Amino acid sequence: MNGVPMEHGLVLAATLFSLGLAGLMLRRSMLFVLMSLEIMLNAAGLAFIVGSTAWNQPDGQAMFLLVITLAAAEASVGLALMIQLYQRFHSIKLDNVSRMRG
Amino acid sequence: MILLWLILIPFFGGLLCWQAERWGQQAPRWIALGTMLLVLAASLVLWIGGDFSPPGVSESPWLLEWRVPWIPRFGIEIHLAMDGLSLILVALAGLLGALAVLCSWNEIVERVGFFHLNLLFIMSGVVGVFLALDLFLFFLFWEAMLVPMYFLIALWGHSGSPGQTRIRAATRFFIYTQASGLLMLVAILALVFVNYSNTGVMTFSYNALLNANVPDGLAFWLMLGFFIAFAVKLPVVPFHGWLPDAHAQAPTAGSVDLAGILLKTAAYGILRFAIPLFPEQSQAFAPVAMTLGLVGIFYGAILACGQQDIKRLIAYTSISHMGFVLIALYAGSELAMQGAIVIMVAHAFSSAGLFILSGQLYERIKTRDMRLMGGLWGRIPTLPGLTLFFVAASLGMPATANFIGEFMVLFGTFDNAPEVVIIASAGLVLAAIYSLLMMQRVHFGGEYSQGRLAGPDAREYAMMLLLIGLTLAVGLYPQPLLDTTASMVQPVVALFTDSAGLAAQAEEVE
Amino acid sequence: MMTVATVLSCLLPLASTLALAFSGERLGPRASTLIGVGSVGLAALATAWALLAYSGASQSVTLWTWVSVGDFQPTIGLTVDRLSLVMMGIITGVGFLIHLFAAWYMAGEAGITRFYAWMNLFVFSMLILVLADNLLLLFLGWEGVGLCSYGLIGYYYQDEANNWAAFKAFIVTRIGDVFLALGMFLIFVEIGSLDIGQVLDQAPRVWAEGSATANIAALLILGGALGKSAQVPLHTWLPDAMAGPTPVSALIHAATMVTAGVYLIARLNGLFLLAPDVLLLVGVIGAVSLLLAGFAALAQTDIKRVLAYSTMSQIGYMFVALGVGAFDAAIFHLTTHAFFKALLFLSAGSVIISCHHEQEMGKLGGLWRQLPVAYAGFLVGGAALVALPLVSAGFFSKDEILWQTMAADRAGLLIAGLLGAVLTGLYTVRLILGIFHGEPGSHHARHPEPGKNLFTHHLPLIVLAVLSTFLGAWLYPGLGELFPAAPGEAADTGHTLLQVLATGAVIAGLALAGWLFLMRRQWLHSVVEKGAGARCWTLLNRAWGFDALFKWGLVRPWQWLVHGLRCDFINRGMNLLALIARVGNAGLVRTQNGRVRTYACVMVLGVTVILISLVLTRGGGT
Repeated sequence: MNGVPMEHGLVLAATLFSLGLAGLMLRRSMLFVLMSLEIMLNAAGLAFIVGSTAWNQPDGQAMFLLVITLAAAEASVGLALMIQLYQRFHSIKLDNVSRMRG
Repeated sequence: MILLWLILIPFFGGLLCWQAERWGQQAPRWIALGTMLLVLAASLVLWIGGDFSPPGVSESPWLLEWRVPWIPRFGIEIHLAMDGLSLILVALAGLLGALAVLCSWNEIVERVGFFHLNLLFIMSGVVGVFLALDLFLFFLFWEAMLVPMYFLIALWGHSGSPGQTRIRAATRFFIYTQASGLLMLVAILALVFVNYSNTGVMTFSYNALLNANVPDGLAFWLMLGFFIAFAVKLPVVPFHGWLPDAHAQAPTAGSVDLAGILLKTAAYGILRFAIPLFPEQSQAFAPVAMTLGLVGIFYGAILACGQQDIKRLIAYTSISHMGFVLIALYAGSELAMQGAIVIMVAHAFSSAGLFILSGQLYERIKTRDMRLMGGLWGRIPTLPGLTLFFVAASLGMPATANFIGEFMVLFGTFDNAPEVVIIASAGLVLAAIYSLLMMQRVHFGGEYSQGRLAGPDAREYAMMLLLIGLTLAVGLYPQPLLDTTASMVQPVVALFTDSAGLAAQAEEVE
Repeated sequence: MMTVATVLSCLLPLASTLALAFSGERLGPRASTLIGVGSVGLAALATAWALLAYSGASQSVTLWTWVSVGDFQPTIGLTVDRLSLVMMGIITGVGFLIHLFAAWYMAGEAGITRFYAWMNLFVFSMLILVLADNLLLLFLGWEGVGLCSYGLIGYYYQDEANNWAAFKAFIVTRIGDVFLALGMFLIFVEIGSLDIGQVLDQAPRVWAEGSATANIAALLILGGALGKSAQVPLHTWLPDAMAGPTPVSALIHAATMVTAGVYLIARLNGLFLLAPDVLLLVGVIGAVSLLLAGFAALAQTDIKRVLAYSTMSQIGYMFVALGVGAFDAAIFHLTTHAFFKALLFLSAGSVIISCHHEQEMGKLGGLWRQLPVAYAGFLVGGAALVALPLVSAGFFSKDEILWQTMAADRAGLLIAGLLGAVLTGLYTVRLILGIFHGEPGSHHARHPEPGKNLFTHHLPLIVLAVLSTFLGAWLYPGLGELFPAAPGEAADTGHTLLQVLATGAVIAGLALAGWLFLMRRQWLHSVVEKGAGARCWTLLNRAWGFDALFKWGLVRPWQWLVHGLRCDFINRGMNLLALIARVGNAGLVRTQNGRVRTYACVMVLGVTVILISLVLTRGGGT
């Protein structure tokens, strides 16, 4: 197979994953946290696709479908939570919500 | 079979009490009292009918024995057996259990059913400890005593000063005994596995483990594991922290049980398990144990003098008295070991008497702080005189059981360890100091507040007379007691002293 | 017959104690008194019966075996011989008279039942002490009398000082008792028996004369005797013990309990003869005590304290007698002392009640006309105390002691004894003059209410007064064959000389007293007021400062110790474990802060660490 080499695809996936992880660790707003999670999931999905293309195996693509489903579910639950959060606290900053002593 | 019933009667009695609360406040009390008396009566019948002469070579050393397999895979059995010592202690448990029910007759008004459930479950556990011969079963009962005692302190206790709450005291009691119990579990398991690797038989049976051939170095650590578990419960000085708090915060019945019986389980454990299982190591350990006993005598006495809470004072005196027991157990003479048993019985009577009396005082003046007492001799009829009797018993006045016990211990120990006896005798002066100090602060001197208070009613008077009678009876004619336990004590002493001889021989050979 | 009578005389007081103790407050004062006094009276009759039935040989009765474990076989058994009979006679006879007097003295006091319960328990314990055939049972009586003494000194419990006096008495004697107990342990281990007869039998076979063990055993027993008999250095409790009612002082702290130490040493004479050095020490301690107490008695203002110190001094004489091996003389003086000191105390009690509980010498005075009976009692008792030649009981017994001391060639002890006689004269005269002569010092002394009751007041005083004269000395049977020969039995040279010497000492004392207290009164006052004289007075008044010594040497350090340990530092040490757990908890709880970001960071960190370590180990593996 010609075209994009597998390494490039994997590097892209790793970069996306790192970006998502950085967003998850640095942002306080729940919206951005959810978006970061989404990016990380998609990065993982991308890695599956790249892998499946490289080895000509369909498993990776099946996995990607699973990841998409998961991401959709996660987004819906997360957004619903966010709306509840905003209604209760008038803020979507996660730090404000923490009640643990820590 | 009767041995099993001795354990089950209080157990079922407890469940019955719990349910009986719906029939009224009095029902659980009567049921509990009846149950305790039943246990007492059963053990007395066994005592009267029993033959306590030293058994022949082929005869079983046990008066009664009952065993069925329980978890055969691990060699665990339900193995109960009774000899003179167990019998005495079971009878004592029944008696003090009955007293505990009686003395909380008016004191406990909330959750009466559950209170008596706990009281009876403690009894069940204690009787189990005294009867169990399978080490696993022993451990089970040992731990089973703790939980109801925890509830007794935590739910019905008094909260003293801020920071000294009953929950705290209960937790402390639980952690101390639980942690030390786990140490014992480790020792038991190690012993069993060593025996398994030697013989290929997995068993928790006492008789089998007596002959377990444990390597010397390991045996010492195992002995230490058992010793520390019992030392916490006795209590021996560095591990005594739970006792004053638990006593001070516990309800009267809890203190009576705690001082009267629970502490004795520790001495029983040393006598039954720690020494016979590891006689040579115990022999080697004896100087340390005796030193700890001496420290206990003095430390307990000194701290008793500094207390303001009357129950804390009595608690510290227990530490002091138990120091004598510890010395006696490791003295290696029959006289001393018998003396230790007499002290155990005597201390059960005298400390129970003092705790019940301080409970009665609390019911009248609503305080246990001795700074708020004084001059009670003129304000309460009879009670101070009764207190004086138990104070005299506690300081070892001749004609009381305590005197017999302490002097047998001292006489018996003098031959082997005169220096220990010389130091311990100073404890007799200290005993007089703390006992009379208590009398002084509570009953003598100027009246702290005015007004006459009610004397003891028939129930209170009867309890006291019973204890006084028993203290005097054992003090003047202890022989029946001594004869009962002799056949149990003699082999232990023989084991202990033989091992000393063997050790000496071994050294000579080397 | 005799044993029955003996057991009876023990059981009667015990029975009455139980009856009184368990009656609560249902018995009125009248019934309590009747039971209390009556039972001791009956016990005295039983003792008289035993005396009559006494055949000359000692008899034993074993009631039951107390404990039997191995060799340890003490019994509850009584042995009656001459010595115990004499002691029984004193305890029940003098005891009865004192009980009778107490019926007058204690009338109207609260808690009569308690008083008689304790008194009769005391009589019982004391009888057990003198009748016991083994040391452990003797110890029962020994501790029992101590407890009764405690209960009776603190009889007026409302005043805390009385209770502290009782406390002190108990603790100080208890210190002595511990020595006695140790002595018992040693004797049991060495000789293998506690039976007094066997101990005395076996001791010479087990121990060589003057051997270290024998000396230690005798020393330990001596320790017990010192505590009970209030000899230096364990004597400080006796003057404070006067806080109790006066009949108690008469019975316990003069006639019987404090002489228990003398009895004990006399009873175990064989043991002490094996330890001649210790026996000498007994005499030296006696001499020191008699001088020390004699001086201290000079500077007391409380009449009962004067008598307390004089008791201590007289017991010192008994110890001197024991010290030279004259056991018979010691018991002789014990007997006459019981008579005349009981008389003195009861007379003092009569004065005290008549003057509404006034016992300061400065506030009494000039009472001889109003209180003739008490005055007579004091004169007769005082005469016996100073050992007035020929007419008094004290003369015969004290003369015997001095004579034996001289015959034993103990010049130091003899000089102490003679000096003591001078001192006795001084303080006795001072006491009598202070109470009965001169000007009344207070309102109560000006208008006393003399005791009138013939039966309960006059009778005991009169009987004791008769016994304090030479008649009492004649009554003493002598214990001759019971003890080894005293040093003075062989020789008789110089006895007359000594009697003259002793009489001279007595007369010197009396004359000096008369001159000082009658002629030079003002001068004496001025000396004592200020300067060295005042310091001297304070020193003597505080009896040479032993109390301060004990206070700073023992009591205060003990209190500091108690205070310092109050926090239970060992327990604190164990709490350190809990502290560590808590600190760990506080540290770890910070990680559970609910911030998703930190969780994510930590997770990334963890994953990185795991990956790196995996890579490294793989790398190392290949």
